[in-house]
Amino acid sequence: MDKSRPSPETFLAEARQAESRQNRGRLKIFLGAAPGVGKTYSMLQSARGKKAEEVDVLVGLAETHGRVETEALLQGLDILPRKSVEHRGIKLQEFDLDGALSRKPGLILVDELAHSNAPGCRHAKRWQDVVELLDRGFDVYTTLNVQHLESLKDVVAQVTGVRVHESVPDSVLERAEVELVDLPPEELLERLQEGKVYFHETAARAADNFFKISNLTALRELALRVTAEGVGAQVESQRRRQAPQTIWPISERLLVCVGPGPNSARLIRAAKRMAAGLRAEWIAVFIENQRQSLSDRARAGAVENLRLAERLGAETLTLSARDVVEGTLDLARQRNVTKIIVGKTERPRWLDLLSGSIVDELIRKSGEIDVYVIRGEAGAASPSAGAFSPKPVSWSEYGLALAAVAACTGLCFAIFPFVQLINLVMAYLLVTLLVAARGHRGPAVLASVLGILCFDFYFVPPRFSFNVADTQYGITFLAMLAAAVIISHLTVRIRTQAELAGLGEMRTAAMHALSRRLASTRGIENIFAVSLRHIAEVFDSELISLMPDQDGRLTERASSGQKRDLDEKERSVAQWVFDLGQSAGLGTQTLPVVDALYIPLIGAEGPVGVLRVQPNARERLLIPDQMLLLESFAHQLALALEVDRLQDNAKQSQLNAEKERLRSSLLSSVSHDLRTPLAAIIGSASSLLQGGSSVQGKDRELLENIQEEGERLSRLVHNLIETTRLTSGTVQLRKEPYPIEELVGSSLDRLEKLLAGRKVAADIPEDLPLVPLDSVLLEQVFINLLENAARHTPAGIAVDIAARTEQGAMLVEVSDRGPGLAADELERIFEKFYHAKSSSAGAGLGLAICRAIIDAHGGRIWAENRPGGGAVFRFTLPLPAGSAGGTHAHG
Amino acid sequence: MRTDERTILVVEDEAPILRFLRSALQAEGLIVVEAVNGRSALELAASRKPDMVLLDLMLPDMDGIDVLKRLRRWTAAPVIILSAKGQESDKIAGLDAGADDYLTKPFGVAELLARIRVAFRHAERKPEDPPPIHEHEGLKVDLAARRVWVRKKEVHLSPLQYDLLAVLVRNAGRVVGHKQLIKEVWHEAGEASPESVRICVHQLRHRIESDPVRPRHIKTESGVGYRLEAPGD
Repeated sequence: MDKSRPSPETFLAEARQAESRQNRGRLKIFLGAAPGVGKTYSMLQSARGKKAEEVDVLVGLAETHGRVETEALLQGLDILPRKSVEHRGIKLQEFDLDGALSRKPGLILVDELAHSNAPGCRHAKRWQDVVELLDRGFDVYTTLNVQHLESLKDVVAQVTGVRVHESVPDSVLERAEVELVDLPPEELLERLQEGKVYFHETAARAADNFFKISNLTALRELALRVTAEGVGAQVESQRRRQAPQTIWPISERLLVCVGPGPNSARLIRAAKRMAAGLRAEWIAVFIENQRQSLSDRARAGAVENLRLAERLGAETLTLSARDVVEGTLDLARQRNVTKIIVGKTERPRWLDLLSGSIVDELIRKSGEIDVYVIRGEAGAASPSAGAFSPKPVSWSEYGLALAAVAACTGLCFAIFPFVQLINLVMAYLLVTLLVAARGHRGPAVLASVLGILCFDFYFVPPRFSFNVADTQYGITFLAMLAAAVIISHLTVRIRTQAELAGLGEMRTAAMHALSRRLASTRGIENIFAVSLRHIAEVFDSELISLMPDQDGRLTERASSGQKRDLDEKERSVAQWVFDLGQSAGLGTQTLPVVDALYIPLIGAEGPVGVLRVQPNARERLLIPDQMLLLESFAHQLALALEVDRLQDNAKQSQLNAEKERLRSSLLSSVSHDLRTPLAAIIGSASSLLQGGSSVQGKDRELLENIQEEGERLSRLVHNLIETTRLTSGTVQLRKEPYPIEELVGSSLDRLEKLLAGRKVAADIPEDLPLVPLDSVLLEQVFINLLENAARHTPAGIAVDIAARTEQGAMLVEVSDRGPGLAADELERIFEKFYHAKSSSAGAGLGLAICRAIIDAHGGRIWAENRPGGGAVFRFTLPLPAGSAGGTHAHG
Repeated sequence: MRTDERTILVVEDEAPILRFLRSALQAEGLIVVEAVNGRSALELAASRKPDMVLLDLMLPDMDGIDVLKRLRRWTAAPVIILSAKGQESDKIAGLDAGADDYLTKPFGVAELLARIRVAFRHAERKPEDPPPIHEHEGLKVDLAARRVWVRKKEVHLSPLQYDLLAVLVRNAGRVVGHKQLIKEVWHEAGEASPESVRICVHQLRHRIESDPVRPRHIKTESGVGYRLEAPGD
């Protein structure tokens, strides 16, 4: 087999998955073959195990169906009350998604993944609730019967004859850990007979047919297969992560050609199964034939099919090509597709003979690519396609055809005596052409047939009978009919192409106009004003844009029409859209019942806001093309907002830098102005005291007082300036590994005079590791702590310094045997300008500085009272991981 | 040591500081030449040829470091920098640019005079003089014999510890920056960093200091370097 390393895309996908694995919740699905095998029971048992491991388990919803064993398991678990939703007078009990989110559990249990929510809930399906829980980072346990899996719907319908309406996309299963809850069919039937299996009333009818050994065995096999495939995929992904050096086969790539019809859904499911079996990537493509016009209805059907493929995990594409076969093969070769899957055409054989079968042509030209032809089968029509109908040919066109032929016949009667019969044929042909040129095939054929009949009846001998004397006229008739058909067909094609081109041009023009206007617009308000007006015009809608305010709450920033406040519900929809970055509301899968569409404005760096679009005619917005266009408008708006914000940020940071420069120059000039006189005072006093000078006795004492107090004032000024510098957040730490001992030494040295007469004991083991720190700032911490101890304890009281490593950090203590601190002071003394009650000394800045410095180092500082009296100040400094090396490790 | 008849150029723009410096220096017998900005400092240095310069780093017209660099182009006279606290990077830059020592404002006159004496002593030592024997508070280092005694007891140091101590002894009383230590002890072999210097000093202190937490010989000049205490005159 051909082997190669995994492609870069595979690695990227793996990396992305790994990334999302970290912040997304984990999903565990308890998969069963049929109702009654004990899925809920297993889930609850498993959850109890988790609870025993101290996980915060919340039962979001569990259907016990009154079974005693199952209910017993709920004992002691935290159960979320259900939300009651009223629908057509019936109260329905639903899972309370918002309740679950606000409760923030560690693990949440949500039974019956395939359930359809009552109208009025946020999501149409419960699996969407679960996906939201996962996206928001919560772990979920849930249960699922195998027949509810989207890709198995058809198989199950074939095997059991029961068509399942509620389904769960395979992608949900793929991100889950699957646990199979297995019960042999015989035992299940036994349980059924004992009345231990519960059905919905609607399902009860089907149950008799459903619960047959053959069905159950088939379903069991399916469930086993799904589980095995899931395990296989997990093993493979594990193996890829752990041993990237192993060689991997080139992965197969599948291409499935999707049409507008409902039978394409079957094709897609088959492709999904095939892709899963081959571990292949797969692409679903809808190729629009440029030579054929498609009704909106058909296009909507195709888009619906593509959405299904996307839900099943395919990459989807829409192409427009002159030749469907060539287009398909071009794409296949471009993307290295190994297998193409197409549906069997259902048109009559003679048509194939006439124009050639697409499938035959594809097979003939495919070369090295395998082509799989799969039977198409009518399924349920896609529901949303029903909103559109093709443009009907109005009856007046037929009337017109009729009138034209009649007028022509009248004219022919008038000129019949004067001209040859062949010229009358020309007149009828001209009429047929004129009708055909209006672009409708039906009226053209009608005109042609009527013309032939009239010509035959009134003019071809024998006149006033449909008999034809000369068989040559048969050729004339055929030519007329053919001309009518061909010309009407050509006209229709030209017109459709012109319309398509016109539509495309309109779209391009609208986009272009918006981007041109946005390019010259600055400021959020103006951007909104310009783009909302523009989008409102193009889509004939009322628009409201929302952006988060300072507190992160979405608020209305602009609207296209008159201002209107959103109510709480609308706001919560907008918030949801903003948080998850997905559209919701009208025309989407989420909350389709509300009357507006909410589109997230997603820029390059994430969501910047939400656009609420309320169309004046809702049908218009439901056309997929329009939705896509609207989304690209929203994207453009988001990018414009983001660019504007970035420019603002750049301006702001420039301003900040300017401010900072001003502040620091102000600071240094203030510091210079305060320090210079102090330096002069201290210097002068010391000058007088110098060298056993003549100053003695009381005068000498006073001079010493001047010098000491000057020095103290100088320290205060330094503290004040240092506080300003530290709290402005612009101090850059110059961290280098330092021995604590050295810092203690230099700070004791500096405070020699202040600490005179006290015993200072330092307990610093010689082999302590070096600590990364800013030595100048840390020396300040020691100085401030020692000064604090000296000022708040009576003279002569000992001060102790100790350092040791503790839990990966350096712990340093400065303690005294003074009066200690009041309990309410322990925290407050670190506040700026706080004065300790016990003493009037100190400006209350020293400890605040200590805290700022230690915080900047990523450490912690706090005060405690010492057993046996006195206060102890402790701080920690983080040590780099594995820094066991002490000062003896080197040199 | 006598400082008589020597000329000292004081570059300082603050009059009150200039005033006390003048009186303290004159009391020591020095001839004081004053400059209040960088330009006049350079002119006076050229015309009066001072034996020493006291240089404030914050001058109204020029950066003090620039003045120092220009002075160093033609004179080897000792320069002591005066700078404020929190300007460690300025001090390092000053030492790198050729300053002999520095003083942090506010300072006392005793400290100033001690630095001046040390600077003169270093400036007047000739290269051919035999290396002095350093003796201070129980520590004795004989550079010629490569021997060290602590309280009359000989101590054996590792080569690296000895080299480091020797550099400090040769600069006794003066600050020696981290960079200079690396250059002179490790000869810029590439494997040394300020961290190695600190570890080596730490070990050295434990060999020669009686209380390494409160060293009496090797003092730390925070953020700049180390200073070996020297006997005063």
